[in-house]
Amino acid sequence: MSSAPPAAHGHDAAGHGHDAHHDHDEHGASHGTFGGYLAGFLLSILLTAIPFWLIMGDVFRSPTTAAIVVLVFAAIQIVVHMVYFLHMNSKSESGWTMLALIFTVVVVVITLAGSFWVMHHLNANMMPMAPHDDTMPMSPEGMRQMR
Amino acid sequence: MTTATIASGASAPQFYTTEEHHPENGTLLGFWLYLMSDCLIFAVLFACYGVLGRSYAAGPSGKDLFDLGLVALNTAFLLLSSITYGFAMLEMAKNRKGSTLFWLGVTGLFGAAFLCVEIYEFAHLIHEGATPQRSAFLSSFFTLVGTHGLHVTFGMIWLITLMVQVTRRGLIPENRRRLACLSMFWHFLDVIWIGVFTFVYLMGTL
Repeated sequence: MSSAPPAAHGHDAAGHGHDAHHDHDEHGASHGTFGGYLAGFLLSILLTAIPFWLIMGDVFRSPTTAAIVVLVFAAIQIVVHMVYFLHMNSKSESGWTMLALIFTVVVVVITLAGSFWVMHHLNANMMPMAPHDDTMPMSPEGMRQMR
Repeated sequence: MTTATIASGASAPQFYTTEEHHPENGTLLGFWLYLMSDCLIFAVLFACYGVLGRSYAAGPSGKDLFDLGLVALNTAFLLLSSITYGFAMLEMAKNRKGSTLFWLGVTGLFGAAFLCVEIYEFAHLIHEGATPQRSAFLSSFFTLVGTHGLHVTFGMIWLITLMVQVTRRGLIPENRRRLACLSMFWHFLDVIWIGVFTFVYLMGTL
């Protein structure tokens, strides 16, 4: 019990020298460069403007096509942000940030795909309950076709 | 117990540890893990919106409500605030306190502009009767977009706090670490906003 405080003290002191040391490392490594930020910014503008133009200008006749194209643009832009703004790479923190990201992406995909899959089938298999105006329990596609 | 602590503190024995160093920047890795858990919150809210987003209960749909011009303006504000925060980080790396504070201030202004437009949008929707109680679509819409707005609000509070800290203490290692964390938070919110404007606004007006 009595040995705990000095141990903590010694650790603290070690931590200090440590901090001063890798504060130095931090400089070049994790802040990116002006060119990097600019490239990310320009790519983001492009990847934002195109989907807005696609939807606001009614470029695609089929809503499904438009939705897929817009989602692809969003996915690309998320990667651009991760690389240029969040400085994501496989080497930072000896790969732990990338590992955490991959784990999160897997969980997110399971959550989203699972929810949509299950709830879509639940909706599709539901019996029409009451003669409400347009609240027929149908799939989103069915609802869209009805309108 | 107390006397033991004082006594051992006074003698100050040296301890040499042979264990490996912590991975560098443990704080930043920890903060990244927090962001990943925050990501899961948003994933659940997106899933919720995806399931309920077409249940209008005979009320207004996204096509009736959303003003894409306003959303484009908001997206521009958030994107600009992201790059100005990047400039602040570059100035911080060059150890220039004044211009770091300047770019942080610009970031704050863009963040405030984003929040003002969003509050205006929400107020307008509620004024038109499109309240969160109106339909499942609107409940999930307000929850998802509101949670993002709340994150931006807390980011603003954090930003102002750090500007005060940097003004008073300068670019000390602690403040650099905090600015690096806020940088990740701020860019992460921009990533979430990509999902929001695509999935909620653009696909909602189809």
